[in-house]
Amino acid sequence: MSPARLARWMPRLVLAPSFALAFVFIYGLIAWNGVLSFSASRLLPNYEFVGWTQYATLFASERWGVALQNLAIFSSLFIGLGLGLGLLLAILLDQKIRVEGTLRTIYLYPMALSFIVTGTAWKWILNPGLGLEHLVQSWGWSSFSFDWLVNPDRAIYTVVIAGIWQSAGFVMALFLAGLRGIDDSIIKAAQIDGASLPRIYWRVIIPSLRPVFFSTLLVLAHISIKSFDLVMALTAGGPGFATDVPATFMYAMSFSRGQIGLGAASATVMLATVAAIVVPYLYSELRTRK
Amino acid sequence: MKITFHRFAIWSVLLLFAAFFLLPLYVMVATSLKDMAEVRDGNLLSLPGSLNFAAWHKAWSQACTGTDCGGLQPFFWNSTLMVVPAVLISTALGAVNGYVFSKWKFAYSELMFGMMLFGAFMPLQVVLLPMSQVLGWFNLADSIWGLVIVHVLVGLATTTLFFRNYYVSLPDELVRAAMLDGAGFWRIFWRIVLPLSAPILVVTLIWQFTQIWNDFLFGVVFSAGDAKPITVGLNNMANTSSSVKEYNVDMAAAMIAALPTLAIYVLAGKHFVRGLTAGAVKG
Amino acid sequence: MGTLSIRNVRKSFGAVEILKGIDIEVEEGEFLILVGPSGCGKSTLLSMIAGLDVPTAGSIHIGDRDVTHELPKDRDIAMVFQSYALYPNMNVAQNISFALEMRKVPKAERAAAVERVTTMLQIGHLLDRKPGQLSGGQRQRVAMGRALARNPKLFLFDEPLSNLDAKLRVEMRAEIKLLHQRTRTTTVYVTHDQVEAMTLGDRIAVMRDGMVQQFGTPDDIYTRPATRFVAEFIGSPAMNMLPVDAASVGSAQPTVKGTAITLSVEHQEALRRQPAAGLVIGLRPERVQLGDSGTAGRLTLLEPTGPDTYAFVDTPLGSLVSRVAGTVTQRVGDVVSLNWDARDLHLFDTATEARIG
Repeated sequence: MSPARLARWMPRLVLAPSFALAFVFIYGLIAWNGVLSFSASRLLPNYEFVGWTQYATLFASERWGVALQNLAIFSSLFIGLGLGLGLLLAILLDQKIRVEGTLRTIYLYPMALSFIVTGTAWKWILNPGLGLEHLVQSWGWSSFSFDWLVNPDRAIYTVVIAGIWQSAGFVMALFLAGLRGIDDSIIKAAQIDGASLPRIYWRVIIPSLRPVFFSTLLVLAHISIKSFDLVMALTAGGPGFATDVPATFMYAMSFSRGQIGLGAASATVMLATVAAIVVPYLYSELRTRK
Repeated sequence: MKITFHRFAIWSVLLLFAAFFLLPLYVMVATSLKDMAEVRDGNLLSLPGSLNFAAWHKAWSQACTGTDCGGLQPFFWNSTLMVVPAVLISTALGAVNGYVFSKWKFAYSELMFGMMLFGAFMPLQVVLLPMSQVLGWFNLADSIWGLVIVHVLVGLATTTLFFRNYYVSLPDELVRAAMLDGAGFWRIFWRIVLPLSAPILVVTLIWQFTQIWNDFLFGVVFSAGDAKPITVGLNNMANTSSSVKEYNVDMAAAMIAALPTLAIYVLAGKHFVRGLTAGAVKG
Repeated sequence: MGTLSIRNVRKSFGAVEILKGIDIEVEEGEFLILVGPSGCGKSTLLSMIAGLDVPTAGSIHIGDRDVTHELPKDRDIAMVFQSYALYPNMNVAQNISFALEMRKVPKAERAAAVERVTTMLQIGHLLDRKPGQLSGGQRQRVAMGRALARNPKLFLFDEPLSNLDAKLRVEMRAEIKLLHQRTRTTTVYVTHDQVEAMTLGDRIAVMRDGMVQQFGTPDDIYTRPATRFVAEFIGSPAMNMLPVDAASVGSAQPTVKGTAITLSVEHQEALRRQPAAGLVIGLRPERVQLGDSGTAGRLTLLEPTGPDTYAFVDTPLGSLVSRVAGTVTQRVGDVVSLNWDARDLHLFDTATEARIG
């Protein structure tokens, strides 16, 4: 190959290994997982084709139903409250606060922690008996009880609390960056037109944050679907499987209950859900950003 | 008067939430410095009697994580041995890939980029089972290198995204001028593009370090026995159903696990934030 | 050695044809200008010459070598970019000697080249600075220095003065011309500014929509524009254009908006040889005199520039611009008379856009 031809092919050659690896790792393994989900695998892979059996078992399973329900509850609260709190903090910080840098550091540091650390810490804080309940009781409110952590109906909300604690600062950082990116002259024009500050925020600023809303929503949704670490550390899916989410369900089925086929099916369902949101988004992003 | 009330309200809310975010950290540290008697007698917020590092000592070298009772120490070193190569390799590959995708576009390169990018978004559950099979074939199932490989493969998508977005903002004419000056693909990378990459390198290194050190999913699925990272060790320690729960040790262990990433955050937090906002806002 | 031959070069991007067959022969040491409005393909053509892109058809020869498919670094050319493209992480000396480094020129020779070039451009005192610490004009000089250090067979300039303020632009223009007189290196210079084109070029190629409308000396292009587009593009203020009434096209005294215009004998001859269905008459503003007799009209606007004054006059023929030396005694609203020599008219066929005669 002449030097000129080699030179023109170099970019492709350089990219090839990474792309090949990524392709195999992502799409090859996804396909394999799909195969497993259509197989009779239990403790070990068994490639006997069983059609949709595993999926049928999946959606008939009470535990999976609980997991999906928990995901819905957790996601909507986590995303909704996360966006709300993050936006609130961002707007407040945008008001020319002197110690803004320090406050930002304080709001954001939880993101640097592992979800395991967060889960472990909050498990202690919400410990029925020695944690928050005990603290408030020692302040005089002796009938205060906070046993959410071990209450099957309430436990999922503890995951929400810990999750928001970890991620709200991140949302704030994104919104703050978005706020700072708004053209000053638009705000000045609104002020000259006589609008009050809250009005300006409501009618001018927040609407222009739409793109930030969407990308933040996407990231939070992504985090919530993946939420495995947090649940494992905080409640281990319990009590029983009251705080199970699809991610912990998949892990349990695949690696401790010897139901690989079922686990693979649950993973495929998770993938389909994510893909339905992400693929159109990626497609439109890459098209517009030529 | 109205203005003052306005500011007062803003400040109160901000400080209230500052407390919300800081208190867990305080509780962790305070609890870790108490002995179990103090823990039971006091409450979450009570100050420790003295700076008692016994719990820390125990967490580091004596606490039980399942059947072993050697503390977090071995797990800490496992994580270190895993994180360093994983961060360096994924960052290096990401830089070169980002360079190709931004400055050397060719037919279908955007499509290839999109396909690689999907790896950053997909739920990782979907590759767990096949991956553990693959690692088993290569006899890497219970080794640190198995974890390194997995983290590199997953991290590739994110690091490529970071570098590609950054390099897109470098003027194309720089590359053209260098081509005219006689520099080829690699020389342009070494002499011109890489020297201009300091900001994104820092961001990527910090981001990758944080992600990989803090990971639990891969740690718990792909490692066993001697190769487990610190997150797995911590979770085991905090969840052992042994007779007496030693919350102070649990908190000390959590702090130990958190210290490396916290330290980096405190020292280089600015770059960390830039990484978060850059990575997320661009999708 | 340094001749450039562009033969029937075409370039398409997918279904869009950007260059539709370009043929230009540049002689050794010549300063060629590629000028035209945005989108005409001049920068694309320059990329082909540089080797940054490959033509879909046709060939490019430098000297006696066919370089159409060769890499830029093998063509022995140097280029100055619109944004200068100086390497931000290197200082001036390193920027200038980078290409020599790539060719493994020994250190001593590189230093000598840097010395020679920076003395010529008077930037010797800036050697240790990085591009971020230089002014626009200084960066321009370093970019030129980088090109000069190579001693190439061909210089390429891609709108190098566009980023400079007006005064600096005029200064640098003169410097580029003086440099060319000294080095006598064949140069291809792309610009959209017709003043730069006229002042710098030995020959000019006026481009539009991927084709060369006219290729000639500045004088040719100015006094005998080959098409209506060239006539309107070159010259400021633009040439007055008077569409001839359709009915009167064949006659000896064509009318514009009902008013008759006298054509010279030569033009009448040319019209007989090249009959046209539609006609437009062009007249350069400096050929229109403000006097006592001729076509009467009302003065609507005066633009004094210092050395000249542009007078806009509403006449029965339409709005005409006259360029008068010095100042004008008449005032806006006055009735004035415009006259001109019939031989100064330009005739264009409206169907083909080409010049008649």
